[in-house]
Amino acid sequence: MATVDIRAVRKTYPGLPFEVIKGIDCAIADGELLVMLGPSGCGKSTLLRMVAGLERISQGEIAIAGRVVNDLEPKDRNIAMVFQNYALYPHMSVYANMSYGLRIQRLPKAEIDRRVRDAAAILELEPFLQRKPRALSGGQRQRVAMGRAIVREPDVFLFDEPLSNLDAKLRTQMRVEIKRLQQRLATTSLYVTHDQVEAMTLADRLMVMRDGVAEQIGTPMEVYTHPATVFVGGFIGAPAMNFLQGEVAEGGAVRLPGGVALPAGTAAPGQAGRPVTVGIRPEHLAPAGEGVPGLPVTLTVDLAEALGADTLVHGRLAGTDTSLIARLAGHVQARSGEAMALTVTDGAWHLFDVESGRRLADTVGRLAKPAA
Amino acid sequence: MVEKSRLSVWIAHSVLILGILAIALPIYVAFVASTHDVRTVAQAPMPLVPGPHLWENYARALGQGSDSVGNVPVAAMLANSFIMAMVIATAKIVISLLSAFAIVYFRFPFRMGFFWMIFITLMLPVEVRIVPTYEVVANALAPVQSLLNATGLTWLIERLAGLRVSLEWNMLDTYAGLTVPLVASATATFLFRQVFLTMPDEMTEAARIDGAGPVRFLFDILLPLSRTNIAALFVILFIYGWNQYLWPLLVSSNLLTVQIGIGRMLAVGDGQVDWPIVMASTMLAMIPPVIVVVAMQRAFIKGLVETEK
Amino acid sequence: MHKRVLFRARWLPYVLVAPQIVITLLFFIWPAIRAVEQSFLRQDPFGLRTSFVWLENYARLFADAAYYHSLGVTAVFSLSVTLLSMALALLFAVMADRAVRGATIYRTLYVAPYAIAPIVAGVLWLFLFQPTVGILAYALNQSGIAWNFRLDGGQAMLLVVIAAAWKQIAYNFLFFLAGLQAIPKSLIEAAAIDGAGPARRFWTIIFPLLTPTTFFLMVVNIVYAFFDTFAVIDAVTSGGPGAPGATNILVYKVYNDGFVGLDLGGSSAQSVVLMVIVIALTVVQFRYIEKKVHY
Repeated sequence: MATVDIRAVRKTYPGLPFEVIKGIDCAIADGELLVMLGPSGCGKSTLLRMVAGLERISQGEIAIAGRVVNDLEPKDRNIAMVFQNYALYPHMSVYANMSYGLRIQRLPKAEIDRRVRDAAAILELEPFLQRKPRALSGGQRQRVAMGRAIVREPDVFLFDEPLSNLDAKLRTQMRVEIKRLQQRLATTSLYVTHDQVEAMTLADRLMVMRDGVAEQIGTPMEVYTHPATVFVGGFIGAPAMNFLQGEVAEGGAVRLPGGVALPAGTAAPGQAGRPVTVGIRPEHLAPAGEGVPGLPVTLTVDLAEALGADTLVHGRLAGTDTSLIARLAGHVQARSGEAMALTVTDGAWHLFDVESGRRLADTVGRLAKPAA
Repeated sequence: MVEKSRLSVWIAHSVLILGILAIALPIYVAFVASTHDVRTVAQAPMPLVPGPHLWENYARALGQGSDSVGNVPVAAMLANSFIMAMVIATAKIVISLLSAFAIVYFRFPFRMGFFWMIFITLMLPVEVRIVPTYEVVANALAPVQSLLNATGLTWLIERLAGLRVSLEWNMLDTYAGLTVPLVASATATFLFRQVFLTMPDEMTEAARIDGAGPVRFLFDILLPLSRTNIAALFVILFIYGWNQYLWPLLVSSNLLTVQIGIGRMLAVGDGQVDWPIVMASTMLAMIPPVIVVVAMQRAFIKGLVETEK
Repeated sequence: MHKRVLFRARWLPYVLVAPQIVITLLFFIWPAIRAVEQSFLRQDPFGLRTSFVWLENYARLFADAAYYHSLGVTAVFSLSVTLLSMALALLFAVMADRAVRGATIYRTLYVAPYAIAPIVAGVLWLFLFQPTVGILAYALNQSGIAWNFRLDGGQAMLLVVIAAAWKQIAYNFLFFLAGLQAIPKSLIEAAAIDGAGPARRFWTIIFPLLTPTTFFLMVVNIVYAFFDTFAVIDAVTSGGPGAPGATNILVYKVYNDGFVGLDLGGSSAQSVVLMVIVIALTVVQFRYIEKKVHY
């Protein structure tokens, strides 16, 4: 049972003019599953590999179970890692792959055998123990990779995009298995992915990263409902959040293009005339007249994509060039060129500072009464 | 597939069979000559069908050899050739494997210097450094002596201790002299370097997390995974070692390999060449490498193609 | 290319490269430096005194008609060996590629001679053309061609070219066959649909696509003819016949002058010239490989 503490960690590479990790702090509780999410090149894998001991820590420190591990070899950190391409030893049987680390530790044969068989039972790998990895399917290889991690009985599991080599159906299935396994073993886990569905479903907490910075750390719902930055708002959710350029009006309301105004909140977003970025999720737009309380807007439809359960309507805010995507129910029909009356769900708007992209907290007001 | 006319396929087979006959002709004639007695072979034209002296000739070659080489039995020469080929192939593989491992999996001062030093050996075949290499083999410590002399250490030691430092290690006519100078190989090092570079990084990381240190990783993971490359290289290097001629000619006058033995048997003037024995020896010298190539054809072709990459 | 994952150790990598480096220094680098050094020195006939003579050995070398003769012999020899063995190998490879049936058997038979030592190749052909006992020599003499390569320089050259090329066919065959099999069948089919007959297909599609292989083999064959044919020459002609030596290729001359004639300075100067040639050939070869990587 262990916590992982990441304290002011930075990473530079010799010859690279910029920092790859620019000072990240995060305390991961015992048994928690933290997902690190971000586009490729954001530093999420580097951070994970620093926890693993595969990359040196340039500055700051990482502690596992309260012990600073900066100068420890990977093998001495009591961690286990599952790799993207599984990294199984192709010349060894499944049994040998899973037991290799234990044999190096010189554990008694009986103990090794017990652990391997237990893990194989959990992962339903018993029939394959004598096979070579090349005789296994992708999902089975994935499970062997996890088995190799489990048998070590580590303090921490590290997952480096473990599902990205699987096809979509298998990925969903393995995702559920990983979640179940992690809950059963209650082992502290760090999980790197660029897939937001994976991140949202697996995470106890999410770390959304960009350019070596943790933009936000929080539960999936927090991150979804209160994105800390424009980047997080745009990165989480599909289709992506709509962003509009607004301006603070007298009295703290925010004017949007096309004459729509968001009501003033408890805190003033700033002086009148200050530009702000307004984020509205496509799913928070609904056809007017469905009884949903909200702010009325008119959309000039460019294109409608019927996806079955949903229909995505691409268009512009009437009378402006601001494009908007609305995610409407599957039965809604829209024709190109048509003006469509929509409402923005009451309160479901996000205000961000234009310069820093940071959320303007508690500036979002609600409508006094359902709009006509 | 473009349809091939029967005629073109027929022509192809004919050309190929003719080619094989032409390539096989000298070998066949040599075989026939190795089955007759000296007199039959010496009178032109010699017969073109095998004669009755096969066992006799081969037994004589293997057991007694030819008087022109002081009756060294060909069996002994074959043994020498075999030892030479095995030592060269094995040592080249071991040495190249280790240095490639160091160069790929470690970062250390002078690493690139070592790399280029190994690379340069590609440009220095024995043929361009015949005499000085001979000198080194005659006294492998001569370079050290020169360094001592040049740095004044010899003088210093003579002054201080009253001893004249004179180092000598003669490798002429030894297995060491035959093999050691040939076991440094840029080609094999580059091949292993290539093989190691294509090994996935994540596997190494997995091994490190499993607690494997470099030596353990080399033996448990890298070696088993390079098996086919090692086999391929072994075939090529065995043949390379077996077929050496110039080098043993230089450094070995009593320790004869079969190639040198055959050369000596010929160097007696046309009239006295004991052709049946020469041809029996030639056939015997051909058999081991041809067996290796044919039996390990897969590995051999892989090796040949890879070492040239 | 670089490894992302490295092991950390202070002295282990040095231990690992040590055997290779010691042998390289002792038997490659040191002798090469000595060869350069000796090429500036001259020993008196008794080997008692050595003097520094600057470039005199080189001057002597490049004023020596015999050296130019040897250069010419080497050029003729290596070009002939390269052309002959490559042309035959290409012919056989094209045929083997066409004859689908028995391709593996043909490959085995054609590749086997690779295993034969150059000295053995020399002895086999020497025996066929030996003026008194060789059956082909006998056949030639019977049909009115006066064959005696011990006297006729041209015949001697022909013989060593045949012996050296014969051995090299295996190697060239293998690479040509691999090159042919790597050509996508769809290209050939497209050409056939465009109405190109077999001969035209070969010269306009297949041969151009084989250019990288051909070029690579050319370099390899030239290196082979330069350096690996020493044993063939030694067994068959010993560089003769004649005074300048009708088959006295550069490598044989270095050996002969240095080891038999004991002219260390002159032989070393020749070694250095050879070294320059090898370096040039290696550079050409690597340039080519680099290009191949960028394809």
